[in-house]
Amino acid sequence: MYIEIKDACKNYVQDGKEFTALDHVSLNIEKGEFICLLGPSGCGKSTLLNALAGFERVSGGSVKIDGKEVTAPSINNITIFQNYGLLPWRNVLRNVELGLESKKVPKEKRAEIAKKYLELVGLSGYEKRYPKQLSGGQQQRVAIARGLAVDPDIIFMDEPFGALDAITRMKLQEDILRISREEKKTIIFVTHDIEEAVFLADRIVVMMADPGRIKSVVKVPLGDHRDRTSENFLYVRDKIFDLFNMKSNEYIEYII
Amino acid sequence: MKKLLSLKNVVISIAILILIWQILFSVSSYNKALFPSPKMAFDALLEMIDNGRLFENIRTSMYRFCIGYLSSVIVAVVLGLILGRIPKVFRYVNPALQLLRPISPTAWMPFIVLLFGIGDVPAIVIIFIAAFFPVLLSTVSAVGNIDPIYLKVSKNFGIKQPSLTWKVIFPAAFPQIANGIHLALGTAWIFLVAGEMVGAQSGLGYQIIDARNNIRADILLATILVIGVIGILLDGILKLIEKAVMKSWGGAV
Repeated sequence: MYIEIKDACKNYVQDGKEFTALDHVSLNIEKGEFICLLGPSGCGKSTLLNALAGFERVSGGSVKIDGKEVTAPSINNITIFQNYGLLPWRNVLRNVELGLESKKVPKEKRAEIAKKYLELVGLSGYEKRYPKQLSGGQQQRVAIARGLAVDPDIIFMDEPFGALDAITRMKLQEDILRISREEKKTIIFVTHDIEEAVFLADRIVVMMADPGRIKSVVKVPLGDHRDRTSENFLYVRDKIFDLFNMKSNEYIEYII
Repeated sequence: MKKLLSLKNVVISIAILILIWQILFSVSSYNKALFPSPKMAFDALLEMIDNGRLFENIRTSMYRFCIGYLSSVIVAVVLGLILGRIPKVFRYVNPALQLLRPISPTAWMPFIVLLFGIGDVPAIVIIFIAAFFPVLLSTVSAVGNIDPIYLKVSKNFGIKQPSLTWKVIFPAAFPQIANGIHLALGTAWIFLVAGEMVGAQSGLGYQIIDARNNIRADILLATILVIGVIGILLDGILKLIEKAVMKSWGGAV
C-alpha cells in the first residue's frame, strides 16, 4: 500500500477542553489515486492532510508514505494551500522556480521548467507579473505550477479553491482533473463541497465531526471525463447527500 | 501634480514659519545679538558657506552619522533576524533590552567620553545606540509577525538556512523592518547633534556650542536650520531607497 494511515489519533486542548480531531482513523491510498477528504469543519480532514504532509504529527497511530513514517514535510509531497502561499516579493516565474532552487537545478533549466508548467496551467506570458497583480484563480494556478515544477509524487490540496468564485472554481476543477490525469500524480484533496468531491475524486472519504472520524469511503466510478449535469454524476452526488443525513456510525464501504 | 501640490505645501509652511520668526523678532525687546532676525541668520549662513566652515562641519558630521547609523542598522537587523527566529532566547534578552532602551543615549555620554576620549568615536557610539533599539525591536517583531504560510511553504519546498532568511524571512519582514529603520533615522540624527555638543571638537553639534561660546546667535540659528534641512534630505533619500527596494520586490506585501 502506497499511503497507509493506521489508527491515527489527534487530540487538541482548546480553552481547557479536550477536542478529538482524529479518532482512530485508518485509510489506505494507492499510488495515482485522486482522493477527496470530504466533511464539515471540525471533522479532522485538514488535520489528516497536515499529518500526511508532515506539518503536524499524529498523537497516536501511524501515518506512512511508501513504507516510511511521515515526520516532516518533504519536497516530494507538495501542499497547495487555500490562500496560495505565493511569495509576493517574487514575480510569477521566480515563484514557480522556488522549489527548483533548493533542488539545485541550474538557472536556465529552472526557467525552462517553470515556463513549461506555467503553460500547463494556462499562464504563459504572466512570468514577469507579481502575485498581487493576478486574480485569486490565477494565483492558485501559479501555486499549482510551483508545486508541479518540483515533480512531486503526491500533491496535497487543502481546500484550494475555497476562496474562489463559483465559475473560477469549476474551471480550476476541470484543469486540476486534466492535470492529474496528464501528470499521473497521487492527489489528496480536502474539501467541504460535495459536488467538487464528486467531480474530482476516484474515491471520496466522507468524514464526520466530533470526534473526527471516517464515516465511509465512496468509490466514484465516473471515469476521466465528468459531466456535472449527467445522470450518473447526480446519482453519485445524491448518494453522498444521503450519507450526510444518515445517523449511522458504522463504517461502510460503498461500491456503486 | 501631486508632487507640485506637496511642493506648494512645503513652501507655504516654511514661509509661515519664517514669518512668525520675523514677527517675534520685530515685537521682542531682546538684544539683536541674542535673538537675530531671519535675515541675520541667513547672512550668517552665507558667511559660513563662504569661509568653508559649514561644509567642513557637514562633512564631519555626515561621516560620523553614516558610520554610526549604518553599522547600527546592519548589526540590529542581523541580530533581530536571529533573535526573531528563536523566541525562547529572546524572552531572556528582551527584559534587558527594555531596561536599556528608555535610557537616553546622551546619558551614556560621560561614560563614552571617559572610555574613548573626545573625537569621532563618542558621536558614532551615540548614534549607534540611538538607532539600535528601534531597529532591533522592529526587526524582531517583524520576524515574529511573518505570515506562517511563508514558513510552511519554505519547509515544504526544502528551503533551509541560510537561504530561508535571505529568500523568505527578510523580504517578508522587510516592510516592518523598513519602518524601524526609518524611525531610527530621525532619532539618530537628533542624537548626532547631542553627541557632537559634548564629545567632539568639530561637526554641526560642535558648531552650535562654538557659536554659543562666541555669542553668535545668528550662526547658532543658521546651524539649527541646516541640521533641520539635512534631516529632511536624509529622510527623503531613505524613502527613495525604500521605494526602490519595494519596487524590485513587486511592491511587496
